[in-house]
Amino acid sequence: MSAITLTVNGKRHTVDVSPDTPLLWVLRDTLNMTGTKFGCGAALCGACTVHLGGRPIRSCITPVAAAANAPVTTIEALAEQDVGRRLQEAWIAEEVPQCGYCQSGQLMSAAALLARTPHPSDADIESAMQGNICRCGTYQRIRRAIHRASGSEVSHGS
Amino acid sequence: MGADTLISRRGFLKTGATAGAGLAIAFYLPSRVFQRLGQDAGAALEPNAWLHIGSDGVVTMMVDKSEMGQGVYTSLPMILAEELEVDWKSVRVEAPTNPAGWQRRMGTGGSSSIRGSYEMLRQTGAAARAMLVQAAALEWNVDASTCRAEHGMVVHVPTGRKLPYGKLADRAGTLPVPADPPLKDPKDFRLLGTRVARIDTPSKVNGSARFGIDVRVPGMLYASIERSPVIGGRVKRVDDARARSMPGVKRIVQLPGSPEEQQMARTASGVAVVADSYWHAYSARRALAIAWDEGENATLDSARISARLAELAAKPGVEARKEGRGSAALAGAARTIEATYEVPFLAHATMEPMNCTAHVRADGCDVWAPTQGQSGAQQVAMAITGLPPEKVRVHTTYLGGGFGRRSETDFVAEAVRLSKEVGAPVQVIWTREDDVRHDFYRPTTYNKFAAALDANGNPIAWTHRIVGPSISVSKGRPPRDGIDGSLVEGAANVPYEIPNILVEQTIADIPVPLGYWRSVGSSHNAVVTEAFFDEVARAAGKDPYELRRALLANHPRHLLVLDLAAEKAGWKTPLPTGRYRGIAVAEAFGSYVAEVAEISLADDGTPRVHRVVCAVDCGPVVNPDTIEAQMEGGIVYGLAAALTGEITLEHGRVQQGNFDAYPVLRMREMPAIEVYIVPSTEKQGGIGEPGVPPIAPAVCNAIFAATGKPVRSLPIIRNGKSRIAMG
Repeated sequence: MSAITLTVNGKRHTVDVSPDTPLLWVLRDTLNMTGTKFGCGAALCGACTVHLGGRPIRSCITPVAAAANAPVTTIEALAEQDVGRRLQEAWIAEEVPQCGYCQSGQLMSAAALLARTPHPSDADIESAMQGNICRCGTYQRIRRAIHRASGSEVSHGS
Repeated sequence: MGADTLISRRGFLKTGATAGAGLAIAFYLPSRVFQRLGQDAGAALEPNAWLHIGSDGVVTMMVDKSEMGQGVYTSLPMILAEELEVDWKSVRVEAPTNPAGWQRRMGTGGSSSIRGSYEMLRQTGAAARAMLVQAAALEWNVDASTCRAEHGMVVHVPTGRKLPYGKLADRAGTLPVPADPPLKDPKDFRLLGTRVARIDTPSKVNGSARFGIDVRVPGMLYASIERSPVIGGRVKRVDDARARSMPGVKRIVQLPGSPEEQQMARTASGVAVVADSYWHAYSARRALAIAWDEGENATLDSARISARLAELAAKPGVEARKEGRGSAALAGAARTIEATYEVPFLAHATMEPMNCTAHVRADGCDVWAPTQGQSGAQQVAMAITGLPPEKVRVHTTYLGGGFGRRSETDFVAEAVRLSKEVGAPVQVIWTREDDVRHDFYRPTTYNKFAAALDANGNPIAWTHRIVGPSISVSKGRPPRDGIDGSLVEGAANVPYEIPNILVEQTIADIPVPLGYWRSVGSSHNAVVTEAFFDEVARAAGKDPYELRRALLANHPRHLLVLDLAAEKAGWKTPLPTGRYRGIAVAEAFGSYVAEVAEISLADDGTPRVHRVVCAVDCGPVVNPDTIEAQMEGGIVYGLAAALTGEITLEHGRVQQGNFDAYPVLRMREMPAIEVYIVPSTEKQGGIGEPGVPPIAPAVCNAIFAATGKPVRSLPIIRNGKSRIAMG
């Protein structure tokens, strides 16, 4: 156990955990921010996606020590970004979520995509979202919602 | 997903309010339901109310179904609000916490939530509306027929006077409940049939929706459990010295706590580490050294299971359906077609791994569970704690997917047992590997088909022998007449007008734990039935869509969706080179769905599904957006299974563990899906499951159209390689 200082959603936290503890469990159990989800523990499903220094990472395999040097952004603060707010509005307009469990991760991946590619093509979306699994099958609506949030024509299929 | 979750018989309405407490209305179900629950029909009126209107105007509806993505926290309040004439957004949703005191068994399955509640919710809303109108009429000393309810108020039409429901609720609560309140004419519906936005969506885009895994209770500990790698194996010896010395570890507990709970909840034998955080619990669990008694299943493997099923298929089974002369009609036919089809075990793989939180105290027990089976969860908790039902509360959270997996109670039993042992609230969290390796699987089946054609190519005989393990047997409830309905559903009800039909079933004794998997028997029977149908059509030299049409002449609901899907998919227009179509139709859970899949094949035989056109007739529509979403979801769930879904066993161990070995559909594989809803006033059907059955056969039939070789074994892709033979 050791003291590690993290910046999460603009706020500094000092946590006393083993440095190899995955960031996911520090967020969920130590900081009580449960919006970021556990799905696979192996970077295979994307449910735990957060931003580290603006880049999407899988917090389930990221040791907390590796997250100490750059700001962490989670779903709880997504609405503070312009892109994030537009995505949330688009998600609601397209009625994307079903069970909703994967959607925090989907939104964080989509926000990272729009931050670097404001008007993504279908191929851009596929490549950015390939690591995020949804068992309810909301992929088509996710695609539409990303296009909507980017202000592009909504594509209705391939 | 038993019939007990679906109650369509009419009950009676009763008010449970006392003066000053507002209006509470309960819809009482027939007494047989109460007899089964061991209760008095008249007891405890108020907590059973479906609907409560407070004098503050707050409308509260008890929703006894679990929200697992199918939109039930929106659709059920829509039905009530329609008749009650309130803004549906003003309806607050609560879940009952004492299932034993509720009016019907609490569980969500069998695509039954809407069709099993529609009539009673309309009547409850209509009765409350009539009582509020009557209360206003008394207040104004006018005739009730001159008053009208709208937007949460009663209006006296001649004078325009208005009173909100909150001001009328106390008085309404003292009035007699109308026995048969007039229901609205469907043409006057404002809500039903419209795209009402789901109430749970905002919380699901900002991380605030509370799933089971998000439950936080003061003083809560976390548990991670190492379970027997061999199905049915037991802990022989544990060396927990290292685990015990690791940070945060509080207790190490051997499970199950009793043979009774193991039998009741079908829990696996294992060792739990309870710690102050999940990561501490999981890390210490990995430091356990356990010797297992592998038991009699140590030699169980997929090849042996498959061989056993094939062996059983050589002998006649139990007749599930016989028309005409059955298999005798095969002899002497102009042409016969024979084939065998195999489908694998499947895991559910809900996005939220299994978890449950329990707090057992001397005076009571609270369970927070993402569950599809609250009644079962309560019964298991009662058995473990010895507490009476009124002391055992089950708090239903959002479910991160259900698909049938969460109707089981194993994860509940583990949390309750561990909380009891350590004397603190405990949250059990499964890993993905735990989830895939300790599931209750969709059964594997082996299917022997034969069909006969007359000289004109018309099918005159259809025989289907289904061999597989039985969910009922696995649950410890062997079918009394030898037929497990869930093993033959989707096959025994094959809709085609063929004069001689024989569907037989043989239950194989295979000790793999089984459970309900989205669309249950239809998930395996639709694919084999509809794929073999295309083999018959090809042998007859007929278009598979046209042959279906011809044999469905007396099945108008099948025919309607089949025609609609074919028309929207452009069945009769040629496709570009390299594209192929397949069609399939199935009835499941009272709804009729046809799907057309359009595919291409890569050089290595890997199929790509480009487009799926779906037509559905589910009777009266509550929320069309939800229906479209459930069709999309069912198609993706079924497509993932057809393409790559397979659970295999070796030495009694499930071989798959995470999404690398058990791949599911991802964004890049997503087809464009179009859903068309047939306007219908026919009997209402379910919507959560019926989208699944037709997709696998539609894709298999498209591949058959492309290659000329039928797809007789799933999955299509194994270990990353297509099993479709090219050229």
